[in-house]
Amino acid sequence: MGRDSDVLQVSVWRGASAQGRYRTYEVPAQENQTVLDVVSWIQHYADASLTYRFACRVGMCGSCAMMVNDQPRWTCRTHVRKVVKEGKVRIGPLRNLPVIKDLATDMDPFFDKWVTAGGVHAPSATRDEPIPPVNPEETARLEASAGIECINCAICYAACDTVAGNPDYLGPAALQRAWTLLNDGKHGARDQILDAVSGTGGCHNCHSMGSCTAFCPNDLDPMSAIAGLKRETARTFFRRRRG
Amino acid sequence: MLDLRLYMLQRITALIMAPLTLGHIAVMIYAVQGGLTAEEILGRTQGSIFWFLFYGSFVLAVSLHAAIGLRVILHETLGLGGWALRAATWGIAFLLLAMGGQAVIAVTWSGGA
Repeated sequence: MGRDSDVLQVSVWRGASAQGRYRTYEVPAQENQTVLDVVSWIQHYADASLTYRFACRVGMCGSCAMMVNDQPRWTCRTHVRKVVKEGKVRIGPLRNLPVIKDLATDMDPFFDKWVTAGGVHAPSATRDEPIPPVNPEETARLEASAGIECINCAICYAACDTVAGNPDYLGPAALQRAWTLLNDGKHGARDQILDAVSGTGGCHNCHSMGSCTAFCPNDLDPMSAIAGLKRETARTFFRRRRG
Repeated sequence: MLDLRLYMLQRITALIMAPLTLGHIAVMIYAVQGGLTAEEILGRTQGSIFWFLFYGSFVLAVSLHAAIGLRVILHETLGLGGWALRAATWGIAFLLLAMGGQAVIAVTWSGGA
């Protein structure tokens, strides 16, 4: 935020995907304010009909992700002064997802793909069996642990150009989830995961452009997780075809 | 639009092409430096099973590899899908195979040129 300007010119997407447009609001500039603060100010004081999502405001819940100056960001942890350009900010709904209204997108395709990629935990033991110990230093466990802090914000999904070109592609978050389960010693459906990520929308569509890793607000590395899935599916390709 | 089968086929054809490309470059450098004429080169390649298999497998690998790669571009850039995408993939593969095959036959078949 420029100190010489005390008003921000904020363009906000209004409407649904097809018939929507950007509308500009004047918002008082503060020394410290997040993009979510700006959106909330507009909703409180300028236009109560503005629709958007948020919950925790501290980067835990992953519900406030939006496009800020055409880049996906978690708005509750994005300071306006980091993104403002000549007193202007542009805020839109997440890319690659259908817009319900204004800044709220339909997250169904994103979460459906988590399930399609085999992201539902399948137990490997019953409650009557002893709990198998998990060694946090084990190589596979380290791979799993690297990806489990995902907050489902869909920023990687919005950043992914492969999703933009190929709507069937499962996307970085779902594939990273599959990779964490594949490396989870307590997961009982390993081959199902490898099958789930090997279809026409699977991990092999990834071009390794790395936008997911570059934009992940939690500094996770979905691109490397997808590379791991490619390696594992390729390694077991001939064995599983015979089986 | 790439499943594991096509992904593996593209990687395996890449593995086949890598040494063949190096071999092809080496042959070109050898032929140019030695000052061989077209007749002298054809004299060595025509009727040779080795050069037929060398360039024949090269052309086959290129046809499959390029068709799969272009298939992805056609799908992601032009939105082609379904039967049109399948037809385009096979069409590209057969076109490259026909053109490359014609060249291989001309260079390695006895009296083909």
